[in-house]
Amino acid sequence: MSLLSVRGLTRDFDGLRAVDGVDLDIVEGEVRALIGPNGAGKTTLVGMIAGRIAPSAGRVTFDGRDITQMPAHRRMRLGMAYTFQITSVFAGLSVSENVALAARRRARGAAVGSAVAAALDRVGLGDRGAEMAGDLAYGHQRLLEIAMGIAQRPRLLILDEPTQGLAEGEIAGFGRLVRDLAGETTILLIEHNMDVVMALAGRITVMDAGRVLAEGTPGEIHANRAVQAAYLGGGGDAAAG
Amino acid sequence: MRVLALHLGLLAVLGALHFALPAYHHGNLARVMVLASYGIGYNLLFGYAGLLSLGHALFFASGMYGAGMLVQHGGAGAGAAMLAGTVAAAAVAGLLALVALRTRGVAFMIVTLMFAQAGYLTILYFGDWTGGDEGFVMAQAGQMLGGIDLGTPGARYLAALALFSACLMGSLALARAPFGRVLVAIRENEERARMLGYDTQAHKRGAMILSGAISGAAGAAYAILFGYVGASFAEVQYSILPLLWVLLGGAGTVLGPFVGALFMFYLIDLASGVTSAYMLIAGVALVLLTLYAPQGLMGEVRRRLWRGLP
Repeated sequence: MSLLSVRGLTRDFDGLRAVDGVDLDIVEGEVRALIGPNGAGKTTLVGMIAGRIAPSAGRVTFDGRDITQMPAHRRMRLGMAYTFQITSVFAGLSVSENVALAARRRARGAAVGSAVAAALDRVGLGDRGAEMAGDLAYGHQRLLEIAMGIAQRPRLLILDEPTQGLAEGEIAGFGRLVRDLAGETTILLIEHNMDVVMALAGRITVMDAGRVLAEGTPGEIHANRAVQAAYLGGGGDAAAG
Repeated sequence: MRVLALHLGLLAVLGALHFALPAYHHGNLARVMVLASYGIGYNLLFGYAGLLSLGHALFFASGMYGAGMLVQHGGAGAGAAMLAGTVAAAAVAGLLALVALRTRGVAFMIVTLMFAQAGYLTILYFGDWTGGDEGFVMAQAGQMLGGIDLGTPGARYLAALALFSACLMGSLALARAPFGRVLVAIRENEERARMLGYDTQAHKRGAMILSGAISGAAGAAYAILFGYVGASFAEVQYSILPLLWVLLGGAGTVLGPFVGALFMFYLIDLASGVTSAYMLIAGVALVLLTLYAPQGLMGEVRRRLWRGLP
């Protein structure tokens, strides 16, 4: 049974149909990549899944429950975690307090401290806990976001363009981190970097102009002519994002 | 541990000053402690949750009139009056939260300002009950608590200290509790807090009710200890004052409201001894502080000396 199931999800913005009748099923434990050119509707789709954007039509089911009308914070409590496309940490708070806020939703007392330490170690920020989040380098802030995701122990971790703006070496480290997490949680990854997608995803969903264009394993997507025409061949620099 | 020692230390000093201060300053400090309690209530909403209200006089006056009118028309004593004032202000804050929290930023400032003005006009309108713009002097019975007359200087000081201690230690506990930390998270980045699974709207509502209750308790105590209830306490000036104390003392610090209220009280007190244009001196001092200590006095202490200061 799928952990997340989306049926006919649609969103109009003043006459522009950003997402158009999307169906999507994500099975527990998989790493699913969502790709597509800019403006394909990926972030809008994920925004509706996470509850940040209300759909114009369609249904979202998480773990067998219809959550279409549920406010975002309750969806997070059901076991979703969401990292923002544009880095969004509590810049004025310490790194460890950032993660503690994520951990405190389900832990209390001493358990918070150990959850924070574990999550920070996991992303390699173990010795940065006392620093201000806003003082961290950009790449480290992205890692902090992922640590905040980990600390929530989510069943579905939604990563919106996590490698955007990262250096080569940082991207490699991020890849190791996602592979490491894949055993524990289901991951929905929106990503522009095709190398990352091909290396990490079990299945890939390709969107174009608000619709699902194709879905399959990395090999199938690589061979798919429609995808090549619409996306990989289209701009010629898809890998650069 | 050091944090707890600092705050308990301040309370101990204030307790010792009860025996050491000359009458004039003794009376001033009692007043400052009640006003600082009001500032603590304001700071909870503004300093921690990041909501800038321009209508807190509504809560202060709700507490004051809730207490005063129960004494005047119901013949209650100080204990019941104190409770009534606090509950009245919490209820008013809860109602205002339903409307005002639909807005944010400048709109929130305007909505709170408007409702506070409406509250002020309501007090004037029901002049038969409230005494209108002249207000009323509290009946002696309203100052009695278990046989002790809180209107006498000694009891008044100790009652003010008790109120201030409760507010200060409550505020310290709140700043370190999960609820307070979520308020800070909302101040820093509300959308991120929401996407961590926190019901930010419910937290803001809780902060507003608590802030209103503390402000109301201070208003009720002011009426009881100083024996006067008046519409001037519902005017916009009493919405601005706690904002100034908190800004001067340091928004989002536990000690800030006290430091700010003390500083401002004595600034005006000293300046008015020198010249009749004392507000000019106060104004210049405020401008200087804003320029050189934009995070307020305790905010600067936190930035330069003690990072972990709550």
